[in-house]
Parts: sequence; C-alpha cells; structure tokens
Amino acid sequence: MTVQAIAGLNLEVDAEGFLTNPDDWNRDVAQAIAAELGIELTDRHWDVIEFVRKDFSETGTVPTLRRITKVGGVPTKEIYKLFPKGPAKKVAKIAGLSKPTGCI
Amino acid sequence: MSENGNGNGNSAERKLCIICSKGTLDMAYPGLVLANAALMEGIDVTMFFTFWGLDIINKKKMKHLRATPLGNPSMGMPNILGVLPGVTAMASSMMQKTIEKLDFPPVDEYLEMIHDAGGKLYSCRMAMDMMHLEKDDLFDEVDDVIGAMEFMEMSEGAQVLFI
Repeated sequence: MTVQAIAGLNLEVDAEGFLTNPDDWNRDVAQAIAAELGIELTDRHWDVIEFVRKDFSETGTVPTLRRITKVGGVPTKEIYKLFPKGPAKKVAKIAGLSKPTGCI
Repeated sequence: MSENGNGNGNSAERKLCIICSKGTLDMAYPGLVLANAALMEGIDVTMFFTFWGLDIINKKKMKHLRATPLGNPSMGMPNILGVLPGVTAMASSMMQKTIEKLDFPPVDEYLEMIHDAGGKLYSCRMAMDMMHLEKDDLFDEVDDVIGAMEFMEMSEGAQVLFI
C-alpha cells in the first residue's frame, strides 16, 4: 500500500494506482486521475463515472462494461471513444474503485 | 509495478489474433471471451473464422450453436448417451442457460460488442467456398472475407491463438 498525492490529498492507492478506499474519492480526484491518463472529462464521461459510482454503492461490485452499456445506457462504441485503450480499468480508476476482475 | 495492465494504456502496442476453427458452443465462447477481454485491456484484436468456426458468424447458425457430450469426457456424462436423440440438444440448452446465468451475452451480441469495441472480424475464403457460403450469409459486422496469406500479413507481430 502506498500513499499518493492526488488533487492535493494524500490518498492510499494500490500498486497500480487504484484508490483503496472508494470514500476518498471526489470529483477533483477524478479529474486528477483522468488527467494522468490523458483524458479530459466531459459531461458524457461524467455520465459514465456517476453511473459506475452509483451502481457500485448499490451492488458493492464494480460494474462490467456490459452493465454500463445495458443498464447505464452508454453504447460500447462510445465507452471506447471516451476511455480509449483499456476502458474497463480506466473507468474504474477514475471512479475511485478497485481494479475490475470480471471476464466481461 | 507492472508495466502493462495498470490501466495506463501501456499495452497499446500489443496485438492479438484469434483463429476460431470450431463451431461448438464450448469452443466458440473462449474466443469471444478472450477477444473482448483483450479489447477491454486496450489490446488490438483480430478474429479469423475458418472451417467450423464459420458457424459462429453464420447468420443462420450463430444463435443455435450446440455442445455435445460425444467424445467429451469432461461433460461428466457417459459417452454412449451422446448418440441418443435429443441429448445434444439438452446438453446445449443446459450450457446456454449457464452462459446466460453468468450474464455472458449470446454469440451475436458478443460479436457486436467486439466489433463496436474496435475488434476486427474476418472470415476465411477457402472455408467459405468449401461450405458454399457467401458474404451475405455472414453476420453483418464481419469486416471482410480474406485468404490465409492476407491473414499472415495482418497477424505480423501479433500473438496468435488457435482455438
């Protein structure tokens, strides 16, 4: 476990930079992590992030990309456009959740 | 910290080609699952469907792929039962239900997802000729019908999986 300064806060992250405590997250933290990944957050990014946060708080698991598409209503093509090259992990990381482990 | 897989997109250069040569339910899904997983990881994916693997992208067959206990000791069913009428259908429907329960999409939806995620889908020209199939018989998302030499060009520098 390491501590990393993100958006002016000292936050605990795992070896790959995912927040270990989802409650440490706020919108500034999301912006900072996104910037590090080379992503500038637009309203549409926020739709995805907010859905993922909400779904996680309700189910206790990081939603799969398929769930973001089916339940969150963001088409696959768009998710890959918003979070190019490895959307599953990028979304989870920016949303302050742990690394997704599913197969789908 | 690992260089790859940390969500920073470092696997941008990695390329995976999957050759699907079997059309049974249990041989179709590994290719689909791995292709989609690779795309989710930011890996470039090309799928090549040949021989019985064409069933996976054949509009008429893709929704009715089957699994058989015949010659498959892993299914935990005496092989002799596999020759009885209805057993293949039953085994297939059981597997299909399990797949649904795990929230894995059906074959056509999986292919659409892979296509929308930027994966490329190609069918084998020779196998299509053998089975008297035309491009129109294939799932609309299939990018092109290609020959083995073109596949060799495409797979240059890629990791190749033969299923």
